Amino acid sequence: MSLAKDKIQHIADLAKLDLLPEEKERLPKDLADILSYVEALQKLTIDDVADTGQITGLTNQLAEDQITNAYDRAILLSNLPPARQADGFVKVKSVLGRET
Amino acid sequence: MDITTAKNITPSDFREQLQQAQAKLNILITPSPDNLPKGQIPCLVKDNIVTTDLPTTCASNILRNFKSPYEATVVSKLRAAGFWIAGKANLDEFAMGSSNETSAFGPVKNPVDVTRVPGGSSGGPAAAVAAGVMPFALGSDTGGSIRQPAAFCGVVGLKPTYGRVSRYGLVAMASSLDQIGPLTTTVEDCAKILSVIAGHDPNDATSLPDPVPDYAAEMKKGVAGLKFTSPRGLFSQKIDEKVEMILGESVAKLRKLNLDYQGTIKLPHWEYALPTYYIIQPAEVSANLARYDGVKYGFSTGGDDQIESIDQMYKTTRVAGFGTEVKRRIMLGTHVLSEGFREAYYDRARKVATLIKQDFDQAFEKVDVIITPTAPTVAFKIGEKIDDPLAMYMNDLLTVAANIAGLPAISIPCGMVDGLPVGLQIIGRQLGEVDILKVAYAFEQATQNEPWRQELADKQRSWQ
Repeated sequence: MSLAKDKIQHIADLAKLDLLPEEKERLPKDLADILSYVEALQKLTIDDVADTGQITGLTNQLAEDQITNAYDRAILLSNLPPARQADGFVKVKSVLGRET
Repeated sequence: MDITTAKNITPSDFREQLQQAQAKLNILITPSPDNLPKGQIPCLVKDNIVTTDLPTTCASNILRNFKSPYEATVVSKLRAAGFWIAGKANLDEFAMGSSNETSAFGPVKNPVDVTRVPGGSSGGPAAAVAAGVMPFALGSDTGGSIRQPAAFCGVVGLKPTYGRVSRYGLVAMASSLDQIGPLTTTVEDCAKILSVIAGHDPNDATSLPDPVPDYAAEMKKGVAGLKFTSPRGLFSQKIDEKVEMILGESVAKLRKLNLDYQGTIKLPHWEYALPTYYIIQPAEVSANLARYDGVKYGFSTGGDDQIESIDQMYKTTRVAGFGTEVKRRIMLGTHVLSEGFREAYYDRARKVATLIKQDFDQAFEKVDVIITPTAPTVAFKIGEKIDDPLAMYMNDLLTVAANIAGLPAISIPCGMVDGLPVGLQIIGRQLGEVDILKVAYAFEQATQNEPWRQELADKQRSWQ
C-alpha cells in the first residue's frame, strides 16, 4: 500500500517541508506501512472512554504573575543564524505581504 | 566504574580513557574542553539536555552550534551536588530512534561488540557507562530510550514516573511522554542519582510536588512482602526465544527472594501500546519541532537575496536541517493531526491510552511490580534495521506502555544470550520508584556471583 503523491505533498506543505526527490519516492510507502500498523486501534470500542490528557492527574499548576527567566539580549541574538542577523534585530522576508 | 571508584580517578587517567573510548565508540558529540577538576565526579548528559557552557545539538544538523541561554534543572542539580559535566553524549537525532544510527554525528558503537548498535536513543550515555569510562550519565526516555540502550549495553537504566524529574531544559520531543533518568553501572548508583535529580520544579508545570525519598536507603529495606507478576506469553511470538528463556529464569530467581509471585495478570490493552505510541509520539513531535524554522537559532538556508518568501525559507531550512527519521515522524504526526484524520487517529489514541492506564491501575491493585524483558531481542548489527522503520519501532514493544501510563520502570542486566546482554524490565505504579529499586537491588545482589556477570564485564572491556 502507498499514499497518493498529492496527499504526501499536502502533508509536506502543512509540515513546512520542501521534500527531496528521494523522500517523495520513499515516504508514501513508509507512511502507509506505519498507518496500516496503527490501524490495530480501530478494533477497539472506545465510545464511552474518556481521553487521557495529563497522566498523573496534576491540575491547575499556577505560577505567580512575575517576570522570571529574563535572558540577556546579546546571548539570544548570538544564536541567530548568520542569514537572519541585522544590527541587533532578526531579519526575515515580510510575513504579511501581497498575494502573488 | 561506579561512583565510589570515580571519586579516586586521576584527571589524566580519566581524560585518556575517555579519549580512547571516544575514538572507538563515538559516544560524545561535544567533550568539555576542561580537565576533570580534582575532587569532583565526572558524568555525561545526553545532548538533548541544555547546558550554557557547551552547545546542545540534539544530534541534528538543524541545531549544530546552538548554545542555550539557560541551563536544564537536572544539570544545575548535578553541579550543585558536586558532579562535573564531562561532555554531551551522542543520541539518535532529537531522540528518535532505537539504534543511535540517526545521529547527524554518526552512530555510537556498542562496547560489548563494536559491530552492533548500543540501542537508542540514549546510545551515547549507555555506551559510555558500559565502556567503564563514566560512572553515570543522564538520558531521556520517551518510549524506551533509556531502558533499551541500558539493556543492549548491559547497564542499569531508569525511567522515572512522569513528572518525578523536571523536564525544564530537556529539548521537547513528545512532551506528554518525555522523562529524564540515570544510566549507571549499579542499582545503588541509580538510586543515588535519582535522589539528586528528582523533585518539584516551578519551571516545569508537570513536575510532581511529592517529597523525594532517599532512594538508596529505602531500597535497602528489602523486598519482603512485595508482590509481582510477569505477563508471560504477552507478545511471545515477537520476543526472541532465548530472551524469553532468560526472563523465565529471572522470574524463578525473584521467587526465591521472598517476592510473592501472583501468577499471570491480564493486561488486555498492552498489545495496543505500540500503535498508540506511534500516533501520540509523532503528533507531539510534529508540534514540538515546528519551532525549528531557521529564524531564531540553529541552521538556516540562504540570505534574503536567495529566497523568495519566508515560507520557502522555512521549507528549505527544515528539509535540509532534519534527518530522514525526524522528517518521517513529522510527516506522520502532521497527518494524524490533520483535518479529517485527527478523530480516527490522534483522538482515538488518547482514549486507548486511558484503557492502557486502567489496565495498569487494576494490575497494581494486586501487585507492586510487573516484570518483562526490556527489549524483544539483544543488540542487533549496525545497519540491520535502519532501512525498515517498522522493524526498528518493534524495539519499543515492551517499553512504551510505561511512558503512556506515566509509570516508573528500570532495566537491569539479567543474563547473556550469545555473548550479548539481556535486560530485565521492572515496572512499578506511579511514584513506585522505591519498589522497583528494591526488586532491582535484590536481584542484582543475589546474582552477583553468577557466571554471566563475569562474561558481561569481559565483553564490556572488549572494545579496548
